[in-house]
Amino acid sequence: MLTIKNLHASIEDKSILKGVNLVVKPGEVHAIMGPNGSGKSTLASVLAGREDYVVTAGSINFQGKDLLEMAPEERAREGVFLAFQYPIEIPGVSTTNFMKTALNKIREYRGLEPLDAVSFLKIMKEKMKLVEIDQSLLSRSLNEGFSGGEKKRNEIFQMAMLEPTLSILDETDSGLDIDALKVVANGVNKLKSKENSTIVVTHYQRLLDYIVPDFVHVLYNGRIVKSGTKELALELESKGYDWIKEEAEATV
Amino acid sequence: MTEVAERNITLEGLHDRFGQLDAMVPIHKIRSEAFNHLNNIGLPKVKNEEYKYTNVTKALEKNFNFAPAASPSKIEQTTIDEITFDGLDAYRLVFINGHFSPDLSDNINVKGVSVMNVAKAIENIDKDFLKHFGTVSSKNDDAFFALNTSLTEDGAYINIADNVVLDKPLALCFIIDSSDKSTYTTSRNLIVTGVNSQVDILEIFATQGSEGSFSNTATEIVVGENAHVNFYKIQNNKENAYQVDTTQVSQSRSSVFSTYTFTLNGAIIRNNLNVAIAGEGCESHMYGLYVVDDKTHIDNHTVADHISPNSFSNELYKGILEDNAKAVFNGKVFVRKEAQKTNAFQSNKNILLSDTAVINTKPQLEIWADDVKCTHGCTTGQLDDEALFYLRSRGLDKDHARSFLLYAFAIEVIEQVKLDPLKEYLKHIISERLHKDF
Ligand SMILES: Nc1ncnc2c1ncn2[C@@H]1O[C@H](COP(=O)(O)OP(=O)(O)OP(=O)(O)O)[C@@H](O)[C@H]1O
Ligand SMILES: [Mg+2]
Repeated sequence: MLTIKNLHASIEDKSILKGVNLVVKPGEVHAIMGPNGSGKSTLASVLAGREDYVVTAGSINFQGKDLLEMAPEERAREGVFLAFQYPIEIPGVSTTNFMKTALNKIREYRGLEPLDAVSFLKIMKEKMKLVEIDQSLLSRSLNEGFSGGEKKRNEIFQMAMLEPTLSILDETDSGLDIDALKVVANGVNKLKSKENSTIVVTHYQRLLDYIVPDFVHVLYNGRIVKSGTKELALELESKGYDWIKEEAEATV
Repeated sequence: MTEVAERNITLEGLHDRFGQLDAMVPIHKIRSEAFNHLNNIGLPKVKNEEYKYTNVTKALEKNFNFAPAASPSKIEQTTIDEITFDGLDAYRLVFINGHFSPDLSDNINVKGVSVMNVAKAIENIDKDFLKHFGTVSSKNDDAFFALNTSLTEDGAYINIADNVVLDKPLALCFIIDSSDKSTYTTSRNLIVTGVNSQVDILEIFATQGSEGSFSNTATEIVVGENAHVNFYKIQNNKENAYQVDTTQVSQSRSSVFSTYTFTLNGAIIRNNLNVAIAGEGCESHMYGLYVVDDKTHIDNHTVADHISPNSFSNELYKGILEDNAKAVFNGKVFVRKEAQKTNAFQSNKNILLSDTAVINTKPQLEIWADDVKCTHGCTTGQLDDEALFYLRSRGLDKDHARSFLLYAFAIEVIEQVKLDPLKEYLKHIISERLHKDF
């Protein structure tokens, strides 16, 4: 599904990703962990197509296509979804308001008929239930005055609406209390299938009790320095990152 | 040298036109004073701080004379229906090239509401009209306003008695027909609202015909005690239509006055909006939205003058500029020494969609009282890249995402409109402008 090879990316001439390699197969869940500033969000942004980042080397292949050649909207239509670490506020634009256009654009791309207002509402109701989000929230200006938890829930709601094949969740669990975390994780799990893959970026092993990963990777200083199974997350939780950093520095 | 010569021709033409007015009517004294004042100060050049960025005098001198407009015009009812948009159930008064058109206007028969055209009020020597004419603008020494007063012949005179709540909005339609030749026109309105009265008024400006036009329009509004007045202005003129507009307002105690100024097209448009918040405990809202492209130049000069204590004013002007469009915003807030406990807010926000669009924005706060709460600010920028990326990452293409954000930017002002048909009309026009149907 996704093959990242030797990915190098920089922003404002500052090199952030320094050779990331990652292969994600259909149906898999990969967790990416790592200390602050190691480049996790950068990787997520590069996957989603943020133009501020310059890819200086490497390749990303997504379902047989060159992802780096595509505009952000094409990637979305191909099935890439990023749940932002810090979803921005957009005054005057409500979720319902742009979701209908977004969903129909994606449907059009996939050769499906556009949805009329009634069927759109029906799907919306269904997905709202899934992430336990209130309609009133969705008709307000996007993220304006939303609590941290509401913002994250809204991201997952959008994911549920767009039914991506590759979901990247950038610290969707940060700032959530345990109840909200369960709701979000439950939503993500319900959307999982044999065809869909998920990349979860997180600092806390707690999330991985609910969204169980097939693989755990540690990103440090722009590289994946260690990969393992879910036990690695437990180890990181108890031992921290220092040993990883030492190991990584020793091999350089 | 040529500039001086041209100016003389302009003023000569003005003398001729002024000389043709009936000098026997009582109002002529006010016209003469204004005319003398204008001759003393002359029309503003760019050296004039207030007209630094807007050389509307040059356009006037170069392209227009003061000869009366050709008549009769061929404007028909269908044109009026078009410009007063769908669903607006209003009392309509129509003025073509500055002159009242009874045939195209509604007969307004509402108890406590006196509606008359200014020409008739002048002719009838209407006492109430004369009592109020020129009073709220006695301190306005602007040359274009003096020019308007000098040539005042017609317009709308509306007087709403105490406690009258008007059941429908009043729509004043000013149509310029320049099919035969380029025209200079004057319109002068006077609106007097009584204690506890309530009314929505629209001024709709439109131009027809391929020749250029210059309209000098002014409205005086006396807002009575505890009255509620919503005043909407819609300027959707042609590319070769120049307009200088003055709105002069005085609010009595506990009144609530809201203005909404929408500028969608034109050559050069200069709006002078002066609100004297004279009484205690007043509320004033000033909203503006300009969405302009091509070579349109829009200049909004506003004054919120807090004279008495415990009043509130809120001003929000927003603009979207494309191509070579230019905008000027100059917003003055005065808080006089006696106007303690004033709350005054002002904000001007602009989005420039091209490198060649220009905005000059200048908020000015002058406060002499010490116990007040005032804020002002302005922002100018391009569209927010992060917001664009967010929407694109959901599958919206760049153009679409861009229109979404622009629409969202504009809607903040449109949402303030309380007349639904007008709100829908504006939403429609704006989305059409932004090339998307929402
Ligand atoms: N716009 C930018 N300009 C310059 N440097 C940036 C910019 N954005 C991110 N960086 C830098 O890139 C590095 C990686 O940032 P990134 O956000 O990818 O880290 P992260 O692993 O997601 O961290 P966290 O766990 O705190 O979310 C950091 O050193 C950060 O300061
Ligand atoms: Mg991050």
